[in-house]
Amino acid sequence: MSGPQDHALLLDRGNLKRRNRLNKLVGVVSTIAALLAVAVLLIVVGSVLSKGIGALSFHFLTTPTGLFGDTSGGISNAIVGTVILVAVAALMAIPVGLLVAIYTTEFAPNRIGHAIRFVLDLLNGVPTIITGIFVYGLMVAGNKQSGYAGSVALAIIMLPIVARTAQEVLTLVPATLKEAAHALGVARWRMTLRITLPTAAGGLLTGALLSVARVAGETAPLILTCAIFRQGVLTDPSEALASIPVFIFQSSESPSPEAHTQAWAAALILIAFVLVLNIVARAFYARSRKRMGA
Amino acid sequence: MEAGALSNPVLRARRNLKDRIGDPLLQGLSGLAAAIAVVVILGIAYEVTQEAWPAISKFGIGFLTTNDWNPVTERYGAAPFIYGTVVTSAIALLFAAPLSIAISIYLTELAPSRVRRPVATLVDMLAAIPSVILGLWGILVLGPFMHDTIEPALKGVLGFLPIFSGDPSAFGYLTAALILTIMTTPIITSVVREVFETVPGDLKEGAYALGATRWEMIRQVVLPYSRAGIVGATILGLGRAIGEAIAVAQVIGGATGINISLFHTGSTMAAQIAAQFQGAPGALQKPSLAYLGLILLVFAVIVNITARLIVQRGTLKDTDVTPTEAEAL
Repeated sequence: MSGPQDHALLLDRGNLKRRNRLNKLVGVVSTIAALLAVAVLLIVVGSVLSKGIGALSFHFLTTPTGLFGDTSGGISNAIVGTVILVAVAALMAIPVGLLVAIYTTEFAPNRIGHAIRFVLDLLNGVPTIITGIFVYGLMVAGNKQSGYAGSVALAIIMLPIVARTAQEVLTLVPATLKEAAHALGVARWRMTLRITLPTAAGGLLTGALLSVARVAGETAPLILTCAIFRQGVLTDPSEALASIPVFIFQSSESPSPEAHTQAWAAALILIAFVLVLNIVARAFYARSRKRMGA
Repeated sequence: MEAGALSNPVLRARRNLKDRIGDPLLQGLSGLAAAIAVVVILGIAYEVTQEAWPAISKFGIGFLTTNDWNPVTERYGAAPFIYGTVVTSAIALLFAAPLSIAISIYLTELAPSRVRRPVATLVDMLAAIPSVILGLWGILVLGPFMHDTIEPALKGVLGFLPIFSGDPSAFGYLTAALILTIMTTPIITSVVREVFETVPGDLKEGAYALGATRWEMIRQVVLPYSRAGIVGATILGLGRAIGEAIAVAQVIGGATGINISLFHTGSTMAAQIAAQFQGAPGALQKPSLAYLGLILLVFAVIVNITARLIVQRGTLKDTDVTPTEAEAL
């Protein structure tokens, strides 16, 4: 039955030609879309790199910010402040987040577990500026701005991230390991601390690192809770501390080109920190998943 | 379920002291932590309402439709900011949703397996850029580019439309919408990509066997199968877009009125709070900003619940879809 007519059907002509052309067009369009996303990333990171690197110096990193409008200083106070704010927030959010995850995966009945997951997702969807208003009302109104207020706001933003990642990682721990522990009569708390958590350590670390990377660049809640600070390098969280994101925000609003250059340099420090943390976290996650055979 | 618990009192009494204390202690502590999460979300709703109360009792529900923000006469309304939030988010999603679908098609159907992971990681990295840096870039790079190139071109071609009338400006609704597009695209993409990956291979192969081209297979198998996931992902992106305060405050210009032209400066609810809360004078300005926050909170909660319901009802019955950072992996 293979006449010349059959052959003609398979030639790229008429309707088939139109269909193939449309197919190619979609391929080209989606490739362009992917390239566009990558290009935007490279353009943004490239802008920060090219405009920030010039102002980056030992002096910039080790000198505190000058008086308002004075751009001869650096960002040492903001670097120290960000480290303290994020560290205090992490000390609050990571243990609590981990415990929430342990509760939902080890203890909670199904219905309650789902309800807590839902609450965490809601919390994750609360705009960070609202978290700022909340902490402002709770700790700043009638009082004054402080590093603690800033850290509490950051901790609230971290909590759902830590808890949700930890939940996902803990459910990946092989049931056979837990069953073996149960069969040996190991108490639940021992099993959790000695078997579940160590097995999941890599993934848990990933969640913690990602949450740190996320809040290190968080600006909105700090504007409301921790943005009016004294000069110089401060380390006491009971008074307001400078931070890199707030420095970038305030410098970006300034009309002076020198302030903009400083903002780019600070942005370079922040973006390098955040991206490196993300890459490290991914590496841990990939290793941990492999270990658990997922 | 209760494999670890000992219900037999004799056996329980034989356990050593540490185990008898340890189990309830860990359960109690972790239960307490879970309770903290619940208390925080309730606390946020209560506290924001509390702070907004003077404005709520003064302006009532009419606040939503009042087109005025005047610290001198102490008359405040949310209309300009609701308008700004809706317009910027809608434009952002108009760009971000098709872009995300196209990127996901590339990543799941077209990309050679060697570039698939690197490209997916780079797209995810876009979501990791702090918003204040995107805002800085918006002020100093994107803004001038909009003013000098994009907006004059739009005006030249489509200037007869009222939304493209007026003078080009570096700051305004359109610039803010583009920044939001950059922020939401990676979020939507990461969910859509995952949904596309759950499309059963035999359905796709079936389409190919019937002679479909790749695009016909995508249009008739992948897209219908993923419809719920795509809608849910887009709404999750919407949640992110309406809540973004800093980057929008940096590039939208801060005008407190409604303007039809997208080139014009304006403000959104989140951006207005970020811009004015710290210095807000007047007895009613801070409460009015908190009132804006309350409206925003209601928007955000509705959007999040809707997105989750849609995604869960859809194709992803067994996969958790959350916009947590874990998803980006």
